[in-house]
Amino acid sequence: VIGWSTVNSLLAFSSAPYRLSGAVYGTLLNHGVALAALGDAMNHAPFKAPPQAPVLYLKPRNTLASAGSPVCVPQEFGELEIGASLGLVIGRTACRVSEAQALAHLAGYVIVADLSVPHGSFYRPSIRLKARDGSCLIGPQVLPCSAVGAPDALGLQVTVDGDVVQQTGTSGMRRAAARLLADVTEFMTLRPGDVVMLGVPAGAPRARAGQRFAISITGLGELEGSLVAEWMTEPVTEEPAA
Amino acid sequence: MKTARVAFGGALHDAVPHADGVQLEDGRVLAEDAVVWLPPFEVGTIIALGLNYADHVKELSKELTVTAQDEPLVFLKGPGTLIGHRGFTRRPNGVNFMHYECELAVVIGRSAKHVKRADAMQHVAGYTVCNDYAIRDYLENWYRPNLRVKNRDGGTVLGPWFVDAADVPDPHALKLRTLVNGKITQQGSTADMVNDIPALIEYLSAFMTLQAGDVILTGTPDGVVNVNVGDEVVTEIDGIGRLANTIVGDEAFGR
Repeated sequence: VIGWSTVNSLLAFSSAPYRLSGAVYGTLLNHGVALAALGDAMNHAPFKAPPQAPVLYLKPRNTLASAGSPVCVPQEFGELEIGASLGLVIGRTACRVSEAQALAHLAGYVIVADLSVPHGSFYRPSIRLKARDGSCLIGPQVLPCSAVGAPDALGLQVTVDGDVVQQTGTSGMRRAAARLLADVTEFMTLRPGDVVMLGVPAGAPRARAGQRFAISITGLGELEGSLVAEWMTEPVTEEPAA
Repeated sequence: MKTARVAFGGALHDAVPHADGVQLEDGRVLAEDAVVWLPPFEVGTIIALGLNYADHVKELSKELTVTAQDEPLVFLKGPGTLIGHRGFTRRPNGVNFMHYECELAVVIGRSAKHVKRADAMQHVAGYTVCNDYAIRDYLENWYRPNLRVKNRDGGTVLGPWFVDAADVPDPHALKLRTLVNGKITQQGSTADMVNDIPALIEYLSAFMTLQAGDVILTGTPDGVVNVNVGDEVVTEIDGIGRLANTIVGDEAFGR
C-alpha cells in the first residue's frame, strides 16, 4: 500500500496520539559495530573526524508504506539493502528532554524496514538511494511501551526467503534510545506520532527482486515485505492532494 | 494572486495583500504586525538544494572536501524547522558562524512521477521566499549537511506570500537579495541556478513522487555572512515577497 494516508489509517493504535504524524527520521552508525567497521577511515577525508552529533536523515512521505507492501527494485541496481530498525514512536512533544525523562515521551514502538540502494558513502549520499517511493515499510502495528519493555535489549532477526540472514539486537548502540532522544531534541522538537529509528545494525542484508523478507523484533511481531522488479510494476498510485 | 496564512483573533485565516497591510477572507483589514504569519501553504516534503549557484560553490570551496558533482545535491528537512514571516530564529550562545540563505521556493501543485523537463513546469503551483539558516559550527562530514546544521527548530523561514505560478512569467529571471539591518549583504539572480526548476523536477520525480504541497528550496547565491542576536534579516525576491526574520539569543528560549 502506497500513500501515506492509507498507511497511517492501517497503523492507528490504541493510545495517544493514536496516529503516526508521517515524520520519520533515520539514525545511522548508531550501532557500535557499524561505526567500528569504519575504523581509522573516520579520521581521514572526507570525514576528518568521527561523528559527534547523531547522524540523522529523513524518510519523506513518498517513501512510507505499510508492512507487506511490495518494494520496487530499480533495474539499474538489482538489489536493495534491508535496514531493519526499532522505531521509537513519540507520544508527547519532546523538546530538550533529559535522558532520564526521554522514554516517558514515547507512545510505543514499531518495526521499520528502511530499504536503500546499497551505497558505501556516508559523506553526502544521494537521496536517490534512500528516498525512493515505497522504500520504508512501517508495521505491522504500533505497540505500547508497556507491552514491549526496555527498548535496548530486544532481539532482532531478518530472514530472506525464510533463511535467517541477520540475527542481532537493539543493544550495543552508541546511543541507547533515551540518550538518542535527548541528543536529537536538543536542536529539533519531536511531535506526537513522529518516528525515530534507533539505528540499523551492522551488516544489513541484501535481497533481489523476487525475494521476500521478514523482520522480527522481540515483542513487536514480524514485518514482511517483498521485492519486485520496478520495470514490471504498475505506476505508483498517487496520493490525493491534501 | 498572492495568499498568506495568518493567525488572528483565535483562528487561522487566509489573507491577501492590502494597501494597509493584509485583508482576511472575512473582510477584516489588519496591519502587517497585527497578525501572526504562518508558512503560506500546507507544507509537505521539504526538499532543499545545496550548491545550486555557481558563485556560492566558489564561496564555500575551501570547506568542501568533495567538489565533484554529477547530480544535484539534495537534502531533506522536517516539519519542525518551519516558521513564518516576522518570526524569530535562535542563535545559540557561543557559535561563530550562523548564516541566512535567500532561496526561491518552488511549490508543487500536481503529483509528479517520471516527469520530463518539457512538462515539468505544469506541476508547479507557485512560489514563495525561503530563508534557510545554517550554523556552520555544527557541520560534520557525515550525511552532509547534517540535521544539526540544517534542520533546527525555527531555522527555515517561509513566506510571506504564496504567489500563483501564473503570476510569475519567468521564475528564472528574478533578482533576489538579503538585507541585514537594512544593508544589502547578498545579491543574485535565479538565472544563475546550476540546475534550473525543470531540471530539478525531472531529476527528483525519476525516483520519488512529488506531491501537492511539496516544496523545493532551490539554493542560494554567494554572499552569506554571519548574523548576530538582534539582527533583522530580510530575504527578498522581486515579485515574490519580502520575508523578515529576527535573530534572538538563548535567553529568549529560557536557555
